[in-house]
Amino acid sequence: MSSTPHGPRARVRVTGPRTGRRRPTTVAAEIDARTELGAVYMRSLVRSQLRLAVGVVLVVLATLGAVPLACALFPALARLEVLGVPVAWVLLGVLAYPFLVLLAAGYVRRAERNEAAFRDLAGARDVPR
Amino acid sequence: MSAVAAVIGVVLASLLTLGVGVFGLRLSRTTSDFYVASRAIGPGLNASAISGEYLSAASFLGVASLVLSRGVDMLWYPVGWTAGYLVLLVFVAAPLRRSRAYTLPDFAELRVESRRARHVASGLVVVIAVLYLVPQFQGAGLTLGALTGSPSWVGGVLVALVVLVIVVSGGMRSITLVQAVQYWLKLTALLVPLAVVLVHTHGGADATTVRLHDQAWAVPLQRPHALYLTYSLVVATFLGTMGLPHVVVRFYTNPDGRAARRTTVRVLALLGLFYLLPTAYGVLGRLYVPHLAGTPAADSVVLRLPAEVLGGSTADVVTAVLAAGAFAAFLSTSSGLVVSIAGVVGQDVLGRWLPPVAAFRAAGAAGALVTLGITALSSGLAVAQAVELAFAVAASTFCPLLLLGIWWRGLTAAGAVAGLLAGGLLSASAVVATMLGAAPTGWLGAVVAQPALCTVPLAFLTMTVVSLMTPGRLPAHLESTMVRLHAPEAVDLDRGGFVPVAERAG
Repeated sequence: MSSTPHGPRARVRVTGPRTGRRRPTTVAAEIDARTELGAVYMRSLVRSQLRLAVGVVLVVLATLGAVPLACALFPALARLEVLGVPVAWVLLGVLAYPFLVLLAAGYVRRAERNEAAFRDLAGARDVPR
Repeated sequence: MSAVAAVIGVVLASLLTLGVGVFGLRLSRTTSDFYVASRAIGPGLNASAISGEYLSAASFLGVASLVLSRGVDMLWYPVGWTAGYLVLLVFVAAPLRRSRAYTLPDFAELRVESRRARHVASGLVVVIAVLYLVPQFQGAGLTLGALTGSPSWVGGVLVALVVLVIVVSGGMRSITLVQAVQYWLKLTALLVPLAVVLVHTHGGADATTVRLHDQAWAVPLQRPHALYLTYSLVVATFLGTMGLPHVVVRFYTNPDGRAARRTTVRVLALLGLFYLLPTAYGVLGRLYVPHLAGTPAADSVVLRLPAEVLGGSTADVVTAVLAAGAFAAFLSTSSGLVVSIAGVVGQDVLGRWLPPVAAFRAAGAAGALVTLGITALSSGLAVAQAVELAFAVAASTFCPLLLLGIWWRGLTAAGAVAGLLAGGLLSASAVVATMLGAAPTGWLGAVVAQPALCTVPLAFLTMTVVSLMTPGRLPAHLESTMVRLHAPEAVDLDRGGFVPVAERAG
């Protein structure tokens, strides 16, 4: 199909118009060749992971992180007791921890899903290309 | 209380640490073993090791002391120290592991491709590690003093000696096993005495519960500048964890980025479990030893509580268990910190003149001895507060470097160096002023006591603006580095040729 490096145009290519240099054939090869397309794939992976991370942090700020502000704005909230137990103590002393663990576990599931999608696209190492 | 039982507890904890350390010695022979245990450690063991290393004197003794003295606002210390791992998980864990850097200076060199950035990062690692190490030695002195009446330097010297033996003989691999054991030792050492105390006091506390209804203690934000101080603490702890050299070095021992994430989730669970306990000690301390509140002796509330409540030989045994746990805390964190000093100074300074393993040993010994000297000179800040100041410096320096370096392509070497210096100098001067007791009063005093809410945004701003002013100086291998940081290992890609210093030597 291809000409030898030294051969003077022995054949005329009829498979279609070519623009520029030979295109890489897989997403992984696009990324390795630092092509525009490869960069788009990488950026979409990075952006999906960043969006996820920022989302998790915003959830923490809007819940746990809002506790001091809420207590400052509404002093009654700071003194709130349910069944004689002060709510602020239970929130910060106990409930904050399982909440953080649940958020972390949810994050890992989603982050691995993002990476699985990227892997399917780019081809895993053990899949022949 | 009987000093003999307590001393037996301390000696047992030290011997256990040494024993596991020496056992690990057989496994560590090459340079790579010394620095990061050859990255062959699974998530379960590694999560115990990270938690064991992380739970220092500040967690074991300091949190209960602050809760006893100042109440509900102090719960942000343990919450922040846990939430810091969530922030680390979502922004840093997998990319940092994938970077294949051993240390924070390695990361700086990989990302911005500058020797100068590497050297600034190395200096900051030593500053943060020493700031963190001083309260550990101080806590050890305080513990031995409370138990036996010994002078305050004895405990610090004891911890320094044990750590030196471990670091000089075993390096990281032995430390990983030691740390994993230490987590469970510390958890048990708080849990069992707490159970004994609770069973013993059941129903007998009615007369004293009035102490829990003091408004200034039980209700959030009752002190001057409390809202600023709380949010500044939140910023320092949430963002500082990722910049602690002894924490970050552990992430390199995960097999891959995915394992690094899974390890971090387990760490969060282990920390959450542990931090339920110091809070309980603080509240019980308010009930049974309220005279300790606000005094320098408050840092020993965990150790004194059983003797106040129980009495007799039960109290002796329980106090011995607590003393063993406290020493496990000093030993585990101190050895992790000395390893990180040894890693950085060994590679970047002594590595020019000595072979790698000898450089590692010499640097570890020097780090421990210098810190011992500084501990003798420093004033007695509450242990948890002193540790939190190290978090403030880490949050003002390595947090912007890691977040911008991993997620923003525009970070340049000039920006990184300027941001590290600005954040480091500002936060460290505030920390030194606080440690020397030279902080002003009023608003400025609040800012100096808890600088993170001011210094962290300033560091981010400096790093971003200087990077934007030097757009022509983006690193040559930026694309390869971004692929290396973010692409899962299962995809076969060209990740650039960066090799960390420790591997170049071997």
